[in-house]
Amino acid sequence: MLNVDVCIIGAGPAGITAAIDCTKMGSTVVLLDEQPSAGGQIYRSIKKTGHVLGEILGPDYLYGAKLVSEVESAGVQHIAEAKVWRVDEDKKVFWSCRGKAQQLQAKRIIIATGALERSFAFPGWTLPGVMMAGASQVLLKTSGLAPKQAVMVGTGPLLYLLAVQLIKTGNPPIAIVDTQAPKQYIQASRYWANAIKGRKYIYKGINLLLQIKKAGVKHYHRATDICADGVDKVESLSFTCAGKKVVLDAQTILSHIGVVPNVQLTRALELDHSWDPLQRCWRPTLDEHYNTSLSGVAVAGDNSGIGGALVAEYQGHLVACEALYSLDKITKDEWQKSTKSLKQQIKQELVIRPFLDALYTPPKQALTPVDKTIICRCEEVTAGDIRQYGRNSSYGINQIKSFSRCGMGPCQGRYCGQTAAEIIADEANIAVSKVGYFRIRYPIKPLKLGELASLTPIDKSFIQQYKDQGQ
Amino acid sequence: MKVDSNFVRVNSQAHDASSEVQFYWEERPVTARQGDTIAAALLATGVVHTRDTAVSGASRGPFCMMGSCFECRVEVDGELNVQSCMRVIEPGISVKRQRS
Repeated sequence: MLNVDVCIIGAGPAGITAAIDCTKMGSTVVLLDEQPSAGGQIYRSIKKTGHVLGEILGPDYLYGAKLVSEVESAGVQHIAEAKVWRVDEDKKVFWSCRGKAQQLQAKRIIIATGALERSFAFPGWTLPGVMMAGASQVLLKTSGLAPKQAVMVGTGPLLYLLAVQLIKTGNPPIAIVDTQAPKQYIQASRYWANAIKGRKYIYKGINLLLQIKKAGVKHYHRATDICADGVDKVESLSFTCAGKKVVLDAQTILSHIGVVPNVQLTRALELDHSWDPLQRCWRPTLDEHYNTSLSGVAVAGDNSGIGGALVAEYQGHLVACEALYSLDKITKDEWQKSTKSLKQQIKQELVIRPFLDALYTPPKQALTPVDKTIICRCEEVTAGDIRQYGRNSSYGINQIKSFSRCGMGPCQGRYCGQTAAEIIADEANIAVSKVGYFRIRYPIKPLKLGELASLTPIDKSFIQQYKDQGQ
Repeated sequence: MKVDSNFVRVNSQAHDASSEVQFYWEERPVTARQGDTIAAALLATGVVHTRDTAVSGASRGPFCMMGSCFECRVEVDGELNVQSCMRVIEPGISVKRQRS
């Protein structure tokens, strides 16, 4: 079996940075990632030389070229198209690459699995043609595809960034149906001091909104009762705005209400998690150096709590520092000096978050959708189904999962777990943090029997041993 | 096949015939760009409905495009449950709507 000092899971800004630092300082490193090239979703498809649509995607995206070029020049052992499906407490890591399973033994593990878009479950969101805004951005980065006359729905910085990128491609969305409620400005104003300190993000945001306005994109505000309709694919989006019902023809609907940490692996490892009331999500419980509740396992990037690409990079440096110190590759002085300044940089960069989190909270409709809304896309479980079980407060979330099959499909609750918890909390009138979360079990990605069998070479198999013994 | 897609190629000028790849969707030949994932190629040719659910037979299509939601599963050369957003097109493959 392959033995390494550090195994890093996820090749976004956090994972890349940690891998570069650890490799440069003489540790043996394996960087595992599902996608064909390094960069994560934020720097998806970026090359050393940039991107053919660099001007459209913008300078914050092109910045990533530096990171992917360093991964190559530092000689990081990067295994692409690797789906990690199990990590054991003794730091064995299992993954599959093109149908063949493999494993390694690491001394340290860095989990940098990034974020997932928060589900915006509204009636009709399962129809073909309704996608997440992030999906549209991936299509632009990977294949240069832009939707014609998309309708965008939801709220949050990514929605506005994508709108501007689409405008620049010459395919502006026909409308933005904004779910942001006026009270969110009041709530966010509590964090005005943070906004002033993090004003570079405010300027960026205002600039995006101005460009949307200048392009003449219809911007509906305070939309409620969002619903997509169609037979075999989406045909329209309806909503209520200023007391009136509006119906828009739509072949492509892009939804977005923020991102949440991807805790699938840290949950499967049964690490401690804490509820973040402001970001309204679970995140792994970490010490000040991003170590988890399991010794030798650290977390960096958006899966430690949403902070964005730059924060992820600093966190990548920080967890690399921890790993290198524990492996005796750097001295205590070097460790102290580096971690101190990195923690400071992370703190500075995170200062804007409370303001943004309060400004772009998910709309009520997404937290407690109407009964007919499908919550679990895989098993087609509705909000009404969950509500029915949620009324009986003696049921825990994992019992409700078993009764309803919510979260038992191939996505393993990635896109329904949070919504189910919110509905149960609302129905039983308890805090979401008390509801808890689905118990996540291995393998965390569907695994074919043949893939599992491929872990054992044929000459080492039980059958072969029996044959050798002449039985 | 007539292309009537809800998506357009932004960088069409940077494209020549050598970067085209042929494959089959529901036994009809279609053209994709080299490097496209199956999901991207299908969306570019106007296919949004790529799967019928096992529970109710409802139609579904690509949703997250990053390998997390499993909505875009298709049948590729007889292999079921292939995530079309995670597999790059290879010349001549036969892709079908997943119906089970």
